[in-house]
Amino acid sequence: MSEMVTIERRAAVEHLLQNRDDMLVVCGLGSSTYDVYAAGDHHANFYLWGAMGGAVMIGLGLAIAEPDRQVMVITGDGEALMGIGALATVAAQKPNNLSIVVLDNEHFGETGMQKSHTSHGVDLAEIATGCGFVGCQTIYDYDVLDAFTNKPNDPTGPRLAVVKITTDNPPRALPNVDGIYVKTRLRQWLGHQPC
Amino acid sequence: MAVSTPHIWEDDIYNAFKKASISQVPYVPDAGHAHLIRRVHDDPDMTPIVLTTEEEGVASSCGAWLGGKKSVLLMQSSGVGNCVNMLSLITNCNFPFVTIVSMRGEYGEFNSWQVPMARATPTSFEMMGIEVMRCNSPEEVGPTVDAVLYAAFASEQKIAILLSQRLIGRKEW
Repeated sequence: MSEMVTIERRAAVEHLLQNRDDMLVVCGLGSSTYDVYAAGDHHANFYLWGAMGGAVMIGLGLAIAEPDRQVMVITGDGEALMGIGALATVAAQKPNNLSIVVLDNEHFGETGMQKSHTSHGVDLAEIATGCGFVGCQTIYDYDVLDAFTNKPNDPTGPRLAVVKITTDNPPRALPNVDGIYVKTRLRQWLGHQPC
Repeated sequence: MAVSTPHIWEDDIYNAFKKASISQVPYVPDAGHAHLIRRVHDDPDMTPIVLTTEEEGVASSCGAWLGGKKSVLLMQSSGVGNCVNMLSLITNCNFPFVTIVSMRGEYGEFNSWQVPMARATPTSFEMMGIEVMRCNSPEEVGPTVDAVLYAAFASEQKIAILLSQRLIGRKEW
C-alpha cells in the first residue's frame, strides 16, 4: 500500500454522492454496499448482497435502458476483478451515461483482508484504458475525487476512476437484504409498475 | 470460415422479439444463433451486447429490467455452467429471465468436449430455479418463444429455452 493513500472509503462515497440528484447507483456486495447505504438510503440505489462480479453489468443494462439518466457503479477491487471482462463489454457499448468507481484498498476486506491483485501491481485504470474507457484515472486525494464527481460525463463514452482508499474498516451499515423490495422500489421510483 | 445457413425458425424468434418489444440482446455467439444475431444488429430498436462470458448477460438483463426494458440472453450450452452463481441474482430479486440456448454436445456431435456441459445444462438451470423448455422441431420454436416472453415479462418468470441440436443440425467438421 502506497504511503500516499489518505482517502477513507466512507468519506469517498459521501463525496461521490453528495450532489447525486437523481443519479442511479449500483453497488457491489460487501463494503461498497455498506458505504453507499451509510451515505444515505435512496430509492435509486440498487444494493447487492451477492452476485459477485455482476455490478458493472447490472449498471450497463440499466445505463442502456435509461440513456437520459446518469448511472454510477460503485464497487471494490475484488468485485471488479471478478467481473473484469465486463470492462471490455462496457467499452464495446460506449454508454456515455455510465461511470464506474472502484474503491481500491488492494485487499479482500470482507473475507480477512487478503491481498488482492491490485496490491501485486495490477492496474485497473490501465486495463480500462486499454479497453477503451475515456479519461481513466487513479485518485489519491479528495480534491481530485471532487473534480471527478463534479465533472460531467464525457460524451464519447464511459468513464472509470480507481479511488485508492485506506484499509480502514468502519462498522457495517446494512441496507435491506430483501432483493425483491430493493428492485421493486427502484423500478417504481423510475415509474415502472410492479408485476 | 463457416457461415451457417439461416434457419426459418430464427426469423420466428426475431419476430417474437419484435412482438414482445425486446430491446437488449446480450450474447456469446453460436452458429445456431448467427442469423438471429445479424438481425438484432440490423434493428435500430435493439441493442446487441457482445459478452466476454455468459454470466455478464444474466446481470445486464437484470439491469435492463430495473430500467423497465426487456432483455433476452443468447448463448450455447457450453456457457450455461458459467452462469450458475449469477443466477442467484435472478432468484433472490425475482427478476424476469429468458435465455435461448443452442444445444451442442447432443445429436451427432463430433466434439466430445461439448458433451458434459450439454448433459448438465437442464440440471444447471433447474437447480437455480429456472424452468426449462425444449424445442425439438422447427414449428415449435416461434410459438414457444412467444409464450415464454409473454409469461416471463408479464409476471417475472424465469425460463430457459433449449434449442436441441437435432433442430439446429450437427456441426460438420
